[in-house]
Amino acid sequence: MDKRTKINEILNEIAGKAISPAADESLFDSGLLDSFALADLVSVIEKAFDCKIPDADLNPRKFDSIERIESYLEDHGK
Amino acid sequence: MPFLREFGSYLPERIVSNAEIGAHVGCDAEWIKNVSGIEQRRFAADDESVADLALRAAQACLEKAKLSASALGMILIASGSTERQFPGPAATVAHRLGLDSTPAIDVPLASAGTLFAMSLASRLCDSLGEILVIGAEKMSSVVLRQPMERGVAILFGDGAGACLVSPTEGKARVLGSALHSDGAFAEDLRLPFDRPLEMNGRSVILQASRKVPRAISELLGKHGRKAADVGTFLMHQANQNLIDRVALALEVPADRFYSNIARYGNTSSASMLIAAAEWAESGWPAGEPVCFAAFGAGFHWGALLAQVEA
Repeated sequence: MDKRTKINEILNEIAGKAISPAADESLFDSGLLDSFALADLVSVIEKAFDCKIPDADLNPRKFDSIERIESYLEDHGK
Repeated sequence: MPFLREFGSYLPERIVSNAEIGAHVGCDAEWIKNVSGIEQRRFAADDESVADLALRAAQACLEKAKLSASALGMILIASGSTERQFPGPAATVAHRLGLDSTPAIDVPLASAGTLFAMSLASRLCDSLGEILVIGAEKMSSVVLRQPMERGVAILFGDGAGACLVSPTEGKARVLGSALHSDGAFAEDLRLPFDRPLEMNGRSVILQASRKVPRAISELLGKHGRKAADVGTFLMHQANQNLIDRVALALEVPADRFYSNIARYGNTSSASMLIAAAEWAESGWPAGEPVCFAAFGAGFHWGALLAQVEA
């Protein structure tokens, strides 16, 4: 499964329904996810991609869109 | 070995409904309840100061403990909403309690201030004697600053809480505490002089929902306990959704976390001790471990573990 498909699956899981945001669409400003879902999103990304995201990297902007999540994971060798 | 001897609190009379505060910022009462768990909050009168609120909580606590203020070895007052840069309310409250040389220290940490002050008090009371810790906030003076911001205005309320920490006697024994600070996110929750409070809510929630459960687990582990062993968690009442999230992360039922946020909103440094005072009203459950926890601007966060005497 490619990275983007995996991220989309995670987003559907967190949202509790099928959502299909554009790759550059803000997941939070758009209202697709609320602020509390951000913490869930980060936890699920850690499990799904077998990585530990340090607190210092927990800037909401880094996880605000599919593109940004992809970019973060690529920067960290995932 | 330090003890928690008694709690006290004071809430201003005026009740401000979600409908009233929502009308200022263009949102409805139900939305406020859904995003925060808050149904109403208290606002102090125009002529009530942070020191006024703190004094009332201090008097309530001392009265319950049947202790004269003259027996205090120190006063610590946490607040993030004081009316002036200095002096803070500590010296004023000490003076109004009739004290003229007892050290009185301000702890301007906002939401986590009371937890830090309780931890300091538990470490200092062996040499200083009885220490009165107070958290007092007049957040209405902050949230009503123009331009009002929706995500901030709906959250906060006014009030004060107090805790008497004793080196010799009390209803619960303090087992230990874990305190942490990280200035990397200092800009994400700040109150500039004479401007509205600025908050990156997503960052606050993200950091708090990870750091608070970790601090609690770290502290409990150090004392050979698990979250499931704790009878009651008395956490800073920031947002019901955050409290529920911390409970979920610790895998304990949400009702182990005492909550009064629906009635008082987020009273910043005062909230944890207002909750503690209400919790104590129904009796201190013998032998039960109690865990305090807070997170706030700075970021500062941590936890304190106590055990009610058998």
